[in-house]
Amino acid sequence: MSTKLKSWGPGLLLISPSLVLMAVFVYGFIGISFQQSMTDSHTAGQATGRAPVSFVGLANYWALLQTPAFQHSLRNLLVFTVVFLLGTLVIGFCWAWVMDRPIRGEGIFRSVYLFPMAVSFVASGVVWKWLLNANQGESASGLNRLFQMLGLDFLQNSWWADATWGILAIALPAIWQLSGYVMALFLAGFRGIPEELREAARVDGATEMQLYRHVIFPQLSPVALSALVIIGHMSLKSFDLIMSIANQSSYSTKVPAIDMYNYATVYDYANSAAVGIILLVLVALAVVPYLWYDARTRKEGR
Amino acid sequence: MTSVTAEPRTEEVLAPRPASPRPRRAGWRTFRYAVLILSLLVVLIPVYVLFVTSFKGMGDATPARTWFFPRTWTLENWVEAWTALSPALLRTFAMVIPAAVISSLLGSMNGFVLSRWRFPHANLVFTLILFGMFIPYQAVMIPLVQLMIDLGVPNGIPSLILLHVVYGIPICTLIFRNYYETVPMELIESARVDGAGLLRTYFSVVLPISIPSFVVVLLWQFTSAWNDFLFAIFFSSASNGPVTMALNNLANGAMLSNYGVSMAGALIASLPTLLVYILLGRYFVGGLMAGSVKG
Repeated sequence: MSTKLKSWGPGLLLISPSLVLMAVFVYGFIGISFQQSMTDSHTAGQATGRAPVSFVGLANYWALLQTPAFQHSLRNLLVFTVVFLLGTLVIGFCWAWVMDRPIRGEGIFRSVYLFPMAVSFVASGVVWKWLLNANQGESASGLNRLFQMLGLDFLQNSWWADATWGILAIALPAIWQLSGYVMALFLAGFRGIPEELREAARVDGATEMQLYRHVIFPQLSPVALSALVIIGHMSLKSFDLIMSIANQSSYSTKVPAIDMYNYATVYDYANSAAVGIILLVLVALAVVPYLWYDARTRKEGR
Repeated sequence: MTSVTAEPRTEEVLAPRPASPRPRRAGWRTFRYAVLILSLLVVLIPVYVLFVTSFKGMGDATPARTWFFPRTWTLENWVEAWTALSPALLRTFAMVIPAAVISSLLGSMNGFVLSRWRFPHANLVFTLILFGMFIPYQAVMIPLVQLMIDLGVPNGIPSLILLHVVYGIPICTLIFRNYYETVPMELIESARVDGAGLLRTYFSVVLPISIPSFVVVLLWQFTSAWNDFLFAIFFSSASNGPVTMALNNLANGAMLSNYGVSMAGALIASLPTLLVYILLGRYFVGGLMAGSVKG
């Protein structure tokens, strides 16, 4: 026993602060959140411990899922995620594909496409709020004014103010900000494919198109999966961008992360925690199989 | 780059491949350039707008002139935005630097142990840490709020340092672990043979060769903590919070109608991370490629 302790002890010593922090701040707090989501703590008095709190099981979840307002948030989240994913994956992939072969100025293109990643959503929200201004006609500014100047008046619309499809307007800046990231992932994927493989296909008489279609694209599916999971989980958590463009009181662009904040600001901790747990479940559905797969391949790789 | 644990060796992976001797069709090449240049222009539209609007005086900001250069270039907006944001900028540096340093030190220790020290279920432990990178912070927020009240940690920067350290651990651990997996075993073995224990090996052999990874991790943590808004809005106010809070207040508060000032503010608030990106871009990309972003 003591030899075991001797060989593990120092390692454990180095890693234990982080393990304790992760255990408490990630897993412990998820547990507490879940427990709080099953109480009737809906008021400031209860939040500060002055009023009694009782256990209500999953009642808050059922109630939330039946509220039209929360259903609207979930629908928005779905629409946003689908468009955000499609947009970044398609654009990022095309950029990487076009850049795969040597091209002059590649460094410049790459740097420009990637730079929005370095900017906070709050700062980009400032300019996008202006670009997506809903005013039309004489008072139009932003993109609506640009469409007017280009004679594309039919493209003018009310952007994020639209109650049904307004959330799509928020997907635009999100795509702007992250397509470059997906490009970088795909570009690394393209360049990770050994040159011999391409040469072999060429020797076998494959045209460039066939080479891509049958040799290169299939090799990129793990990259596509990574991009899907990473962008997908970011999309489910989207908060900053929506807050800074449309702010929390806007019904049209509401998503669960905004609801969570809104409940918290009025001390409705039970509902707030419930929305947080719903988000966690959604993210876990995407991420856990991915991490599991990743852990397995790591084991086999040894 | 097939998974979250892939190598962050971006400099190599992204390096352009050598031109192959095969002749290319001119049409395809023109098409590629057309796509790239058009995309470049579209991506830069918001930058143009920010830049131009930030130099416009009050009378210039009419809807009809929104896409044009200012009639006269003025620095008024910049002065006003600087006055409003400079205290928050200082607070943000005071938050981001300790947060980045502490979380990367912890990440380095974890990464070393997890890559070199075989203990039972090391793989499971690593995966459990990684999961912390993906969780929506909304799912831990209410207990966090209560903890901060109970602990009496002052709202604002001190709370935020703690949070960025804690929730930065997973990504830091990931990047360092990947790096240490590539360090030759012999280096560490020889230290062992010389009689150094794990701690000794870590501090005198491993830390000094970790500089490249430290650069990646520090830049990455700097950027994500600088750009954070979610924790900022829960644990600070516009008067004691970081620059994202102050900017949000500037843009959505009393200054609502004055786009020039908020756009100058957005530029000011983005300058530090943009400088990092421009000067040390490849290290920044290294963090990106490690697989995740806080959002």
